[in-house]
Amino acid sequence: MNVALWVVIPYVALTIFVVGHVWRWRVDQFGWTTRTTQVLESRLLRLGSPLFHLGSFAAIAGHALGLLVPKGWTEAAGIDDHLYHLVSVGAGTAAGLMVTAGLALLLARRLTSPRVRRTTTRADKVLYAVLTVVILLGLTATVGENLLGGGYDYRATIAVWFRGVLTFRPDPDLMAGVPPIFQLHAMSAWLLAAIWPFTRLVHVWSAPIAYLWRPYIVYRRRAPRATTT
Amino acid sequence: MRVLAQVAMVMNLDKCIGCHTCSVTCKQTWTNRDGVEYVWFNNVETKPGVGYPRRHEDQERWRGGWQVDRRGRLKLRSGGRVKRLLGLFANPDLPDLDDYYEPATYDYDTLVTAPAGPHVPVIRPKSAITGEDMAITWGPNWEDDLGGAPEHAPADPNLAAMAEKVRMEFDKTFMFHLPRICEHCLNPACVAACPSGALYKREEDGIVLVDQDRCRGWRMCVSACPYKKVYVNHRTGKAEKCTFCFPRIEAGQPTVCAETCVGRLRYIGLVLYDADAVLGAARVAGPRDLLEAQRRVFLDPDDPKVAAAARAAGIAEDWIEAARRSPVYRLAMRYRVALPLHPEYRTMPMVWYIPPLSPVLDAVTGMGADADDPDNVFHAITDLRIPLGYLASLLAAGDTEVVAGALMRLSAMRAHMRARAIDGSVDEDLLAAAGMTAEEMEEMYRLLAIARYDERYVVPAAHREDAAALSAQVDGCSLDGEGGPGMTGFHPAGLTGRRPDGRLGLRLFTGRGGAA
Ligand code: SF4
Ligand code: SF4
Repeated sequence: MNVALWVVIPYVALTIFVVGHVWRWRVDQFGWTTRTTQVLESRLLRLGSPLFHLGSFAAIAGHALGLLVPKGWTEAAGIDDHLYHLVSVGAGTAAGLMVTAGLALLLARRLTSPRVRRTTTRADKVLYAVLTVVILLGLTATVGENLLGGGYDYRATIAVWFRGVLTFRPDPDLMAGVPPIFQLHAMSAWLLAAIWPFTRLVHVWSAPIAYLWRPYIVYRRRAPRATTT
Repeated sequence: MRVLAQVAMVMNLDKCIGCHTCSVTCKQTWTNRDGVEYVWFNNVETKPGVGYPRRHEDQERWRGGWQVDRRGRLKLRSGGRVKRLLGLFANPDLPDLDDYYEPATYDYDTLVTAPAGPHVPVIRPKSAITGEDMAITWGPNWEDDLGGAPEHAPADPNLAAMAEKVRMEFDKTFMFHLPRICEHCLNPACVAACPSGALYKREEDGIVLVDQDRCRGWRMCVSACPYKKVYVNHRTGKAEKCTFCFPRIEAGQPTVCAETCVGRLRYIGLVLYDADAVLGAARVAGPRDLLEAQRRVFLDPDDPKVAAAARAAGIAEDWIEAARRSPVYRLAMRYRVALPLHPEYRTMPMVWYIPPLSPVLDAVTGMGADADDPDNVFHAITDLRIPLGYLASLLAAGDTEVVAGALMRLSAMRAHMRARAIDGSVDEDLLAAAGMTAEEMEEMYRLLAIARYDERYVVPAAHREDAAALSAQVDGCSLDGEGGPGMTGFHPAGLTGRRPDGRLGLRLFTGRGGAA
């Protein structure tokens, strides 16, 4: 049972994630977009979208820190458990609230603006549902367990297991005693990973960083230069 | 010197009757699809008026185009690169659908399916976006022929620069039509603003295009274009714009808007220019110097040095020859009657306009004078502040001298041809004042008044050497998916088609929206 939940499912999700992206990239460049609807509605978007995106960046950075950086490293850097807990709970709660507020605004926008509603695809609906579950579970875990509750040291279990999955040495037993709210959050995150390549979330990989240094005006040839000179 | 060729256009505004044939044929060809219901690659505005989208010329609001900062550097008005990336989540300068208009259709089925009854069934307007009932309160051409102008037109940004008196009287004074397409600029702000590098300017002919496979929907081009000639397709989430009908141009044919223009007022031809000089020209300090700066970027195709440099740059002989016969070059550079639209945006636009003489003639008639007497017209051109100031803010960054010069030459042409037809006389003073020879006058007359098809459109076909690359595209099209620009199955001259890499669009991701 543990193996199915904490080894099989993660690898199935990761496989879909990787293969799905390769397939989508090769087959569907035309569909690879943010599918912006700002032109249809911008009042709610103007607030909701930055909240959601910036909150997500903070949350992703927090997850990277919490899951990928071993406890030993932060301790070696002189950050004791108490300090880490303070920072992670504080920043985590703030980021979680931002993402949740952003998502709520964007959802409200989807539902209340008939123009936006009409452009919503099946993939969008699934994505919104899964995102909502992931985010609410995550927020509940952070606020419920770590802020209001006694606090749970996920870095001793979940983080180790997660790094194990990424390095192909998964240890499902680490997840056995984890509080259910964290288990559910992790499960829903795998689901998100599995649907990711089939939704508009693919635009994340197109974050146009290269724009910062490319020349302003782009010239392209229609045909290769004729070599008869 | 890096010589490039640009396919450019000139429109003779005096001849535009505002029939919208160009807009309609363009729409039927390119934007007759869900997702771009509100999009007009070609639209015709009545001036003075706020235009489409509303007040798009107000760059204080929309922050399109370029500006020169205090240190003399050229910058996008909407800010630098970092600022643009931070604006990805919500573009602060993007027009709303309501700034364009909400497209409407009618429930025509009611006429057929209504049950028999005492009353004639009526149809109601439905939003083409949501399918719901709506009241039509604005459109892409709401102010046609100054309709509602007393109410709306004072908001025209071009009037802001003019005196109080003008604003009150303009609707009695003048009116003209302004057909607008993408300017295929030499220094395109849309290209510079695209974070993905999906927009590009073609080296061969200067046409500015959106690569539909590389556009990621960041919609920065839409706000950066000061002419608001890039649009979001809300079904596909990608940017689309006027293509200068490139499949037709490649086949040596004029664009659809030009081909179908009832007034035969559009001219298409090549301009050779020095790509290395563009940046320097776009950042000259004074807005009123921009016209001359842009003219200096153009190269004279009759100059043997230019021809040699063009050859060295790989431009084919027939293209250089076509550049020599270019009506655009002649109207802009030899006769100097064509002027760029809003040169102060610093994008170096390549669709130029011959200012209309009719507002001046109307004013002369309005004052009870004879508009056929050249003297009256000359006086009006120098004295009348009203239409001249307006035309100057449209075509010359406010410099009335420039517009007056072009109008002088146009009315000198009228006077010259009239005298020749009546008694064969030639007024040398008149020619000297216009700075043109009798021969040039008559050539210009021929080009403007006779306007033969093969003189209006000098479009060299794309090159045979490139034929392999072109034929690789025939058969199917990656953009044929639902909502894609090719979904109408329109394949002009069989030139659009599957990309060489054979990519396809997927139905799953292109949405269901739009009216059923
Ligand atoms: S007019 Fe055309 S080329 Fe110029 S900035 Fe706008 S979209 Fe780009
Ligand atoms: S078809 Fe020609 S005359 Fe008619 S509106 Fe268009 S540009 Fe003007």
